[in-house]
Amino acid sequence: MRAGPYGTTDLPVLLPFRPGARGAAEPAPGLGAAWGVALALVFALSAGIAEAQSDAGRPSTVATILKWTPLLAQGFALNILISFLAMAIGTAAGTVLGLCQISLLPPVRTGSWFMTQFFRNSPWLVLLFYCMLLLPFEVNVGGHIVPLPDWFKATVGLALPVMANVSELVRGAIRSIPFGQWEAADALAFSRRQILWMIILPQCVKRMTPPWMNLYAILTVATPLCSIVGVNEAMTLTGDALAAEARNELLVPMYAYLLLWFFLYCYPISRATVALEKRFAVK
Amino acid sequence: MSPAGHVTRTEAPLIHIADVHKSFGKVEVLKGVSLDVAKGEVICVIGPSGSGKSTLLRCINALVPIDRGSIVVDGQEVNDPRLDKLQLRRKVGMVFQQYNLFPHRTAIENVMMAPIHVLKQDRREVESRARRLIAKVRLEGKEDAYPGELSGGQQQRVAIARSLAMNPEIMLFDEVTAALDPETVKEVLVTIRELAEEGMTCAIVTHEMGFAREVADHVYFTDRGVIVEHGPPREFFAQAKDPRTRQFLSQIL
Repeated sequence: MRAGPYGTTDLPVLLPFRPGARGAAEPAPGLGAAWGVALALVFALSAGIAEAQSDAGRPSTVATILKWTPLLAQGFALNILISFLAMAIGTAAGTVLGLCQISLLPPVRTGSWFMTQFFRNSPWLVLLFYCMLLLPFEVNVGGHIVPLPDWFKATVGLALPVMANVSELVRGAIRSIPFGQWEAADALAFSRRQILWMIILPQCVKRMTPPWMNLYAILTVATPLCSIVGVNEAMTLTGDALAAEARNELLVPMYAYLLLWFFLYCYPISRATVALEKRFAVK
Repeated sequence: MSPAGHVTRTEAPLIHIADVHKSFGKVEVLKGVSLDVAKGEVICVIGPSGSGKSTLLRCINALVPIDRGSIVVDGQEVNDPRLDKLQLRRKVGMVFQQYNLFPHRTAIENVMMAPIHVLKQDRREVESRARRLIAKVRLEGKEDAYPGELSGGQQQRVAIARSLAMNPEIMLFDEVTAALDPETVKEVLVTIRELAEEGMTCAIVTHEMGFAREVADHVYFTDRGVIVEHGPPREFFAQAKDPRTRQFLSQIL
């Protein structure tokens, strides 16, 4: 019997959350931070080179970048909004889809499985294009004409793969709960619905949170895909700013600057994911 | 010998099992098992691993559907497609080898959940009953502990309290001490013996022969899906007739 820091139980359900996977799940400490430092260095270095290359009399690279920062921030805010909404829609739809995957009705199970596999294995960009093309520019909701702006269509496009990934997370988490939990709840005369909502899913939340946060970080760094379909988010606006400046030496520092924004946003999320995994491991 | 030991077998048995067959795929686990349990009676089922003991218990509360035969629990035919399983399970409590407490709920919440959400009973009334039950299994002070913070024996006693909170008429115990450390086995057995002495109808699958001898009104020996031999514990343990029973007892005693 394994005598770990958590006592001598070898019952999976009583063992802390993923004890064995802790080392593996945690990115090597400092690696992420090292990337951040590297990124900042690239930014500083390219800004320096750009400075050296630029003609005398023009505003400095840093000043130019600062000048465009409010616009970039606006674009970045749209990236965040898109990521929030796509995550919310994808999580809600994915939870339903994941529950359908364990339905007792074979048609529901097969249908939801197929839908999950389809959206999980489609390129995000293709889904994005499909949503831009297939969704109307306005919808009629009970007599009211509601316009569907491009950024919202793109959000739906990104929500689809999120949905499929959440669906698999939910299904996998439910499957990972020991069968004894179902049996014990059955023996106490809980209905299937009660067992799911009161006993199985609450235990799944813990297991799902870290991978769910990872998915969010992946989604966030994928939001610049929306620039390809013409949404005015940070990537598009960076391109616009570069076009307006028409200075080739700005290309590298400006895009490095954008990378830094994303890094500063996503890195704390990945740290928080690790911290959560640890906290759940203790309880 | 429990006070309920002198059960008269004239009234209809609380559990009537007749010629039950059950296969998992090609493996026939139960090959025509029949036994009766009277109200207030304590039976122990012993036998080698894989002899169908646990499956038999699971058939009684319809956790496992049977292929053939009949199980009547308190007048309800379990092998009836129209059976209200939830209704049946309210009457039949079950305790498992692996405790199966809900790890995201505290001990007292584990005990309170089913009465509140299944029986729709008043929360305050349920809570006071849950506290009494936790005291009954000698776990005062552990009400707010999470299962992961309790020892195996303590968890198993919470599991017993959780089952009792439903006020069942029958309790099924499935090798409830098999996963426990030797030093905690006794505390669980004491709890079960008290229940038996209070007149609870119990079907116990166990490897604890001493316990079976002490607590059972009737002992059944199963091997390869059939009941080989049965009888009151004194006779059963002293004068087993079937060679398979003798061999098993000689290995384990």
